Amino acid sequence: MLVRFNLNGENIEAEAEDDERALDFLRRLGMKSVKEGCGEGECGACTIIVNGKNVVSCLMLAPELDKTEVWTVEGLSAKGKLDPIQKAFVEVGAIQCGFCTPGMVMSAKAFLNKNPHPSEEEIKKGMEGNLCRCTGYFKIVDAVKRAAGEG
Amino acid sequence: MQGVTEKHGYFIIGKEVQRVDAFQKVTGQAKFVADFDMKDMLYGVLVLSKYARARVKKIDVSKAKILKGVKAVLTYKDIPGENQLGEVVADMPCLVPEGEEVRYHGDVVALVAADTLKIAKSAAKLVEVEYEELTPILTIEEALKNEYKVHPNGNVLTSKRIRKGNIEAGFADSDVILEDDFYAHYQEQAYLEPQGILATFDNNYGITIYGSMQCPYYVQSAVPKVLGIPMNQVRVIQAETGGAFGGKEDVPSYVASQCALLAYHTKKPVLLVYSREVDIQTTSKRHPIKSHYKLGLSRDGKLKAVEITAHMDMGAYATLSPIVMYRSLVHAASAYDIPNVKVDIDGVYTNKVPCGAFRGFGSPQVLFAMESMVSEAAKRLKMDPIDIRMKNALRVGSRTSTDQVLTESVGAVKTIEHAVKISNYDELKRQVIEFNEKNKFKKRGIGVSHIIYGVSLGAAGQHLDAAGALVQVHRDGTINVHFGNTEMGQGAKTVISMIAAEALGQKMDKIRVDNPDTSYVQDSGPTVASRTTVFGGNAVKSACESIKSRMAKHFAKTRKVPIDEITFENGTVKTSNGEEEDFGKLAQECYDANVKMIERGWFVSPKLYWNPETGIGEAYITYAYATQIVLVEVDMLTGRTQVIEGYTSHDVGKKLNPVGLVGQVQGGFVQGMGYGLFEEIKTSSGKILTDNFNTYIIPTISDIPKKLVIDFVEDDYSQGPFGAKGIGEPSLMPTPAAVANAISDAIGRRIKRIPATQEYVMNLIEEVK
Ligand code: FES
Ligand code: FES
Repeated sequence: MLVRFNLNGENIEAEAEDDERALDFLRRLGMKSVKEGCGEGECGACTIIVNGKNVVSCLMLAPELDKTEVWTVEGLSAKGKLDPIQKAFVEVGAIQCGFCTPGMVMSAKAFLNKNPHPSEEEIKKGMEGNLCRCTGYFKIVDAVKRAAGEG
Repeated sequence: MQGVTEKHGYFIIGKEVQRVDAFQKVTGQAKFVADFDMKDMLYGVLVLSKYARARVKKIDVSKAKILKGVKAVLTYKDIPGENQLGEVVADMPCLVPEGEEVRYHGDVVALVAADTLKIAKSAAKLVEVEYEELTPILTIEEALKNEYKVHPNGNVLTSKRIRKGNIEAGFADSDVILEDDFYAHYQEQAYLEPQGILATFDNNYGITIYGSMQCPYYVQSAVPKVLGIPMNQVRVIQAETGGAFGGKEDVPSYVASQCALLAYHTKKPVLLVYSREVDIQTTSKRHPIKSHYKLGLSRDGKLKAVEITAHMDMGAYATLSPIVMYRSLVHAASAYDIPNVKVDIDGVYTNKVPCGAFRGFGSPQVLFAMESMVSEAAKRLKMDPIDIRMKNALRVGSRTSTDQVLTESVGAVKTIEHAVKISNYDELKRQVIEFNEKNKFKKRGIGVSHIIYGVSLGAAGQHLDAAGALVQVHRDGTINVHFGNTEMGQGAKTVISMIAAEALGQKMDKIRVDNPDTSYVQDSGPTVASRTTVFGGNAVKSACESIKSRMAKHFAKTRKVPIDEITFENGTVKTSNGEEEDFGKLAQECYDANVKMIERGWFVSPKLYWNPETGIGEAYITYAYATQIVLVEVDMLTGRTQVIEGYTSHDVGKKLNPVGLVGQVQGGFVQGMGYGLFEEIKTSSGKILTDNFNTYIIPTISDIPKKLVIDFVEDDYSQGPFGAKGIGEPSLMPTPAAVANAISDAIGRRIKRIPATQEYVMNLIEEVK
């Protein structure tokens, strides 16, 4: 079907298969930041923001994106300027292999929009759906704290 | 360096810097292999064995082939070269032939390439394979009976041993003797990016391979064999790699061979990315190791004798097992000065997933056992676990368990002292006693571990232990560095940039480190064994120094100043008399004067003496040490354990990149904690049941300790770049042991199995009642 939606601030129309995953659809549209780590909704690498909420795009179908507003990491730094969350990830060193990073950033974005001044416990709860095998998460907590402090 | 003044302070080494690849990664621009789009690209899928052991009677691909959109369905008949893979022992078929046995559930019988992934998957289901089911070997015990054989020559592939001193005399001389059995289970690397390769075919050139990998040179030697083409027709370029931890050491050679076959036959680019399930089902894990330990000590806690027998479950194929075993062997008696040591380790085939490389490489399993024994001995002797370790710790002049004399850079004792200090150990102990008096259903415990890590490949891998680099300074003063080791998240590119910047005296942001490409730099061995900083680092450093020395010569000549008064620092070239020039401007001058501004670097490991019959000799070029103290809380009603605090001190020789070091240790700690506590591979008839993250549980952000204090001991290693050793693996190695010791302390029963799952701990608690 023809999916009409807003992607990173631009109105888009694109053909999608009925059973195509939102993950594959967005990647096909060039949003390569949306990563597949498990395909089962367990790792959070494919996290995007749909209508302000963080969702795992591997468990969503492309047609469900119709008439929604979608953000991926590509949209956060569109003008070459990093979003405060991205900046915080870079500055505290919350990035190692980088495969989890786009999903982490999107989860943090949705989370901080809802809860701009979180406690450490709240950050952990809010980011629980995103796995990272490299960093041990300590610096990810620091990055979200730092982004909250500056936001 | 000849001709140029050596500085004492460093302008970039040891400073806090940002990762060089952070921007690309945080903006989603970093290109992992699945992100490559190529015109007419096909998608590959594997057809896997349905049994742990069976004879393949017939493979029928006719139905799969006629599906619309299918471009190739390949079996063993389509392999132009050798159908045999394996980095150490070539015991693994690329595609299992008719008439032969599949030896585990992940064996590959056919390959499919199609226009879309969906079509490829449908076609794979249409490949019909007729099997004759056979009795599989599923345990080490069954394998040792040799009733059924996984491979024709028997189920024990290799045995390794150490004979140091006189073990009988050592025990006779001991006041206390302890014995016990231990078991360490599998662990899955669980890198977040699954295995993936893109192979492209080019009539003029051959095959170019991009992929997620640790060791491009392994891939470059495997693929030509399978395709039956010469090595100069295969070019391997590493793509951004989303974590590896050993899991992308030799496995990408197999993935690349499969993918290259599809590209070879279709003459099209083929992308083969494993699903998480295929990845966990087929690729190598940390080895399960069963061990028996016997320790003899004097009354005052001095270790007199250690006797160890261990069996490693290699699974269906040897992959890297023989070299993993070497590390298990050397690390089995941990970091102590023991006069009498006897170790025997066997590698055993079973009809299960092959085991291979994983951060720590066969050492965390035996260190867990040894460190449990040392803590148990302390308990028996009414000594503090710290004191017993201090008493037996290695120092300059000590002899390791392979009788190697340690001559320099032995920070072991300092790591013990630092761990005590940063944990406020006496106060921590007091708090635990207080907590346990007040709480009936929750108990806390403290665990200590002290470990040794042999840096790089060691005596058994000397033929691979060299590394190269190619450095080019451009006329604008920017620099390209090619080196033979890979960035997989650990920060190799950043530390190499720092080394190049320091060695050239140029600003770090002028340096670009390119992904390894086999056509630029000679085989630099694998990116494993925490060897990149020392090997890649030294190669890059020496290339940079040669160029700098030529630039200095030019500067001296044109400015008429003595060469030994010139310094290069952070983009500026200076002399003591105030003459100053920008690095880039000097580079331009050098170009105008035809100075050679490109250079190769090559670093070879110091040669080691080793006797494989006795296990005596110089096992590794140098060692790193660590001491760790953890605090856990066990829920006595459920058996659930939480790590609350961790304190860890690591001897790294010299801190080059402190931010990167902290990141490595944090990640290693949490991965080691997962292994100690709950990462559990479950199997049924040899098939892995836990093949995705809903069943194979790795630590989440909620599982990490409230506090992790990290400390570094600096004790320069003279052969390391600026004195550095390695950190990649030692970051994980002490943790499973420390966690197990802490649980034992909390519940008053010895943990003898890792992961110490909730169920296992609960059973132990019940036994006490
Ligand atoms: S790929 Fe969607 S959650 Fe893992
Ligand atoms: S940085 Fe590698 S998985 Fe998070």
